[in-house]
Amino acid sequence: MPYFYVSPATLLLVLLMLFPMVMVFKYSLMDGAIMKKDAAFAGVQNYLTIFENPVFWQSVVQTLYFTIMSVVFHFIIGLAFALLLNTNRVDPLIRSILRVLFILPWLFTAVIIAIIWRLLLDPNGVVNSVLMALHIINFKVEWFSSTRTAIHALTFANIWAGYPLYMVSLLAGLQGISKELYEAAGIDGANELEKFWYITIPQLMPIIISIALLDFIWTMQVFPLVWMTTGGGPIYSTEVLSTFTYKLAFSQYEFSLASASAMIILIISMSVTYFYIKHQQRR
Amino acid sequence: MAKRSFKSSVLPTILTYLGLGIGLVFSAFPIVWMFFSSLKSNTEIFALPPRLFPQDFTVAAYLTIFNDPVKVRFFINSYFVAGVVTCLTLVVAIVTAYGFSRYQFRFKNTLNIFIISTQTVPPITLLIPYFGMVVAFRIFDTYLALILTYMVFTLPYAVLLMTGYLNTLPKELDEAVLVDGGSSWTALWRVIVPVSIPGIVATGVYTFLLAWNEFLFALTLTKSMDLRTVPIGIQLLMGQHAFEWNEMMAMSVLGSLPLLVLYLVAQRYFLAGMTAGSVKS
Repeated sequence: MPYFYVSPATLLLVLLMLFPMVMVFKYSLMDGAIMKKDAAFAGVQNYLTIFENPVFWQSVVQTLYFTIMSVVFHFIIGLAFALLLNTNRVDPLIRSILRVLFILPWLFTAVIIAIIWRLLLDPNGVVNSVLMALHIINFKVEWFSSTRTAIHALTFANIWAGYPLYMVSLLAGLQGISKELYEAAGIDGANELEKFWYITIPQLMPIIISIALLDFIWTMQVFPLVWMTTGGGPIYSTEVLSTFTYKLAFSQYEFSLASASAMIILIISMSVTYFYIKHQQRR
Repeated sequence: MAKRSFKSSVLPTILTYLGLGIGLVFSAFPIVWMFFSSLKSNTEIFALPPRLFPQDFTVAAYLTIFNDPVKVRFFINSYFVAGVVTCLTLVVAIVTAYGFSRYQFRFKNTLNIFIISTQTVPPITLLIPYFGMVVAFRIFDTYLALILTYMVFTLPYAVLLMTGYLNTLPKELDEAVLVDGGSSWTALWRVIVPVSIPGIVATGVYTFLLAWNEFLFALTLTKSMDLRTVPIGIQLLMGQHAFEWNEMMAMSVLGSLPLLVLYLVAQRYFLAGMTAGSVKS
């Protein structure tokens, strides 16, 4: 009987998840997959070609920068907002209204986030106007179209869009910490900073680890935001693994090379997922 | 003494409000700017000095969209695809979650790990074989291609969320039906589903969000204007030579509207889906 209930989902996922993964692995070992009718076996040649491509390594470095900066700042901003919303110094009504507003960036789809930041960070846009009025910059910075700033602008937009996930999770975690812990520490003479460091952070740690691992995996795979802000440019300066792979497949029709690259992303994702699952099962 | 109480109570309160104020500007300003830009004329978008409120308030951008059947079609497509995906996902997820929640069986843990790990498979890795498969099965550029591929990433979430919810319901509920001679199938649909409405709403809302926001598969697996969804519609507007900023902003506002409404109406359910992967269920 249980097999009857779980079989539809299992069947669907095997057909649309496991089977395609086997296919993409097969493509990655072929020469001219999808495009040629009689594509020949090519061994690991596609992987070697990818590893010899300097743009691939540039994408790896940029993906890591983008991902690590995003995860770190998502966490810092998410925790700061969660702590601010959790104090009893502020009227509960104001807190609940602000909580609704602070979550908003998370609702927007990547294409819309991209378009909002392209508007704000346009050379003639409001960010440049404000920064020039404050004399922080003295010329109109082309945030998304200069090789020096594009990756940072992109990372910033992603940080803006992603922190609410941490905020909501950490806020739930904060509300689950027993008040007695703080009271006991107070009796022992601990100050606010010590309470934060020795109670709050350790209590939140399981949530922080889960969310950071998931965020790392998802951020590493980000495609639409990059595609819609910079498209990987200018001159590869914002190329990340997903855009690198997409271009190989759907601009150059090198499906075998793209499959090899896609396998590399899959392997990295699955290795982090392994730690995520181990962590979840231990909790 | 007065100085000390200032330091210990008033100053932290002021700093808290200051922090919240900065947070408010950081989170809401870009969205507010988007909204008011959609009500400006295109020439006013980059007016100097920048003004938040439109000088000549106009809904021209919205009218242009509503009067363009191609753009209206983007919205119909998005609602249709997200709606169908949500319904199908819910049915499959409820049945699967019931199996997970009420039975012990071999491979249960393996299957559970499989479902959790499918959440983290990179879409770009699946996209390449999907493209091959969709072309081979002659469903390239159809609703079916989108609905099937979307279910791959909505289903794992929906199963995990629903299982978590069903686990909170006492087993005595189904046992009562079984004692009366009913089958577990009857128990599921007559007893469990009616009391699971909050869980089903939470799962449905989150599934809708995932399907509504999808970009990569829609970009690659469809081609004709008749089948494009809202995110792709906005992308197409962006690809034009002259940027119609006000129109793009109006499309963005309209494209965010269903999620905003769902969020404001069903906030609690929304958050359940959002934190499913981090806060232990």
